[in-house]
Amino acid sequence: MKKIFTATAATALAAIGAASALVAGPADIPLIIEGEEMIARAPAPDYIDGVDTIYSGWLFRSEETQALEVDDFENPAMPAVDYGLELWETADGSEGKSCASCHGDISEMAGVRTVMPKVNENGELWAMEEYINDCRVNRMGAEPWKRTKSPEMLGMTAAIGLQSRGMPMNVAIDGPAAPFWEQGRELYYTRVGQLDMSCANCHEDNYGNMIRADHLSQGQINGFPTYRLKWGGLGSIHRRFKGCMKNIRAEPYKPGGPEFTALELYVASRGNGLSVETPAVRN
Amino acid sequence: MKRSLIAAVAVCVGTSIGPGTASAGTIAPADVRIVDMMVAESLTGVLGDPANGRKVFANRKKGNCLACHANSDMSEMLFHGEVGPPLDGVAERYDEAFLRALLVNSKAVFEGTIMPAFYVDSATLNRVLPKFQGKTILTAQEVEDVLAYLMTLK
Repeated sequence: MKKIFTATAATALAAIGAASALVAGPADIPLIIEGEEMIARAPAPDYIDGVDTIYSGWLFRSEETQALEVDDFENPAMPAVDYGLELWETADGSEGKSCASCHGDISEMAGVRTVMPKVNENGELWAMEEYINDCRVNRMGAEPWKRTKSPEMLGMTAAIGLQSRGMPMNVAIDGPAAPFWEQGRELYYTRVGQLDMSCANCHEDNYGNMIRADHLSQGQINGFPTYRLKWGGLGSIHRRFKGCMKNIRAEPYKPGGPEFTALELYVASRGNGLSVETPAVRN
Repeated sequence: MKRSLIAAVAVCVGTSIGPGTASAGTIAPADVRIVDMMVAESLTGVLGDPANGRKVFANRKKGNCLACHANSDMSEMLFHGEVGPPLDGVAERYDEAFLRALLVNSKAVFEGTIMPAFYVDSATLNRVLPKFQGKTILTAQEVEDVLAYLMTLK
């Protein structure tokens, strides 16, 4: 009897999925930012079982929100990007160096965003924030920036990310990254919280469906840091993860900690092939 | 007897007392037996109140059922979800004991479902936020109230 119900549920879910793909799925329009077409849909990487096609979160947003991302004058994240660009040139710390002192023009950072997070030379998995703070502390002799909400960190990650806009995400999942990727995958499929849900329950099984007034996306992170209208500002990937966990009444992991960084790697890998959209705009 | 039960349940609902302190006559979450995908007996012994059940159904901090299920009886409210099946006529498709089991612990009925379990022991779940530990999403009486409401959807 249980088997019958399970089969019925599966059929019902499949039917819902099929219907929603037609009715409420991702928008069938191109994403063109400042005249450049982004890769907003792509075949899913072969190591991802749950979806056939990967879609930018932009395709799930309202027309009003979409319009804010395609024009840099309209994009509300751009003042933060300007701040990041200014910081790039500003010397700080005991060594009297700026980012530019070692790295030159910020355009030299093109491609960096596509491979983050990445295993460092000591075998640790670091997101972009950790690389930035490592430079600040060990090369510049400056104080580290607060990881999650400091305007400096958000501006800098946005400014660096923008240099890769349009380039496809391409995080490494093999070699030294493999155990972190496995850990991230495990977290992605683990149910947590009083609502007892995993990332996959919403973002793999139900993307395209409405959950009340919210249009569920695949939870892609190729546009981070993202300007979220709800936040009224830029926010980091780990802040978004934390918000998701609190929504399902789960105790969040620590931003910058090993769990969220592993999850970031795994989720980033689910978007390998999509263009970097930093700084994206979402609701 | 009945009056004292109602009073006890009212206290329980009013103060959101956790499952460990359920009053006499209320079955604690860990003690609910789901047999063949059914819970035949009321969790409280107190008749469900469909009017309150309707409120709990829509309340985002309670059942929040509308987040996932469309329901024509609530057409005055915007944005019905589409994650789960529409609930129009649900009382004609399923009987009460089955729907009670589904509300108590959906996973014991539909394997792998996204639907939360509204009346289970939080110790069986992972990483529950401290302020929700030892609590259920709905109280036993709220489950009965929502169930009574669902049974009106014919």
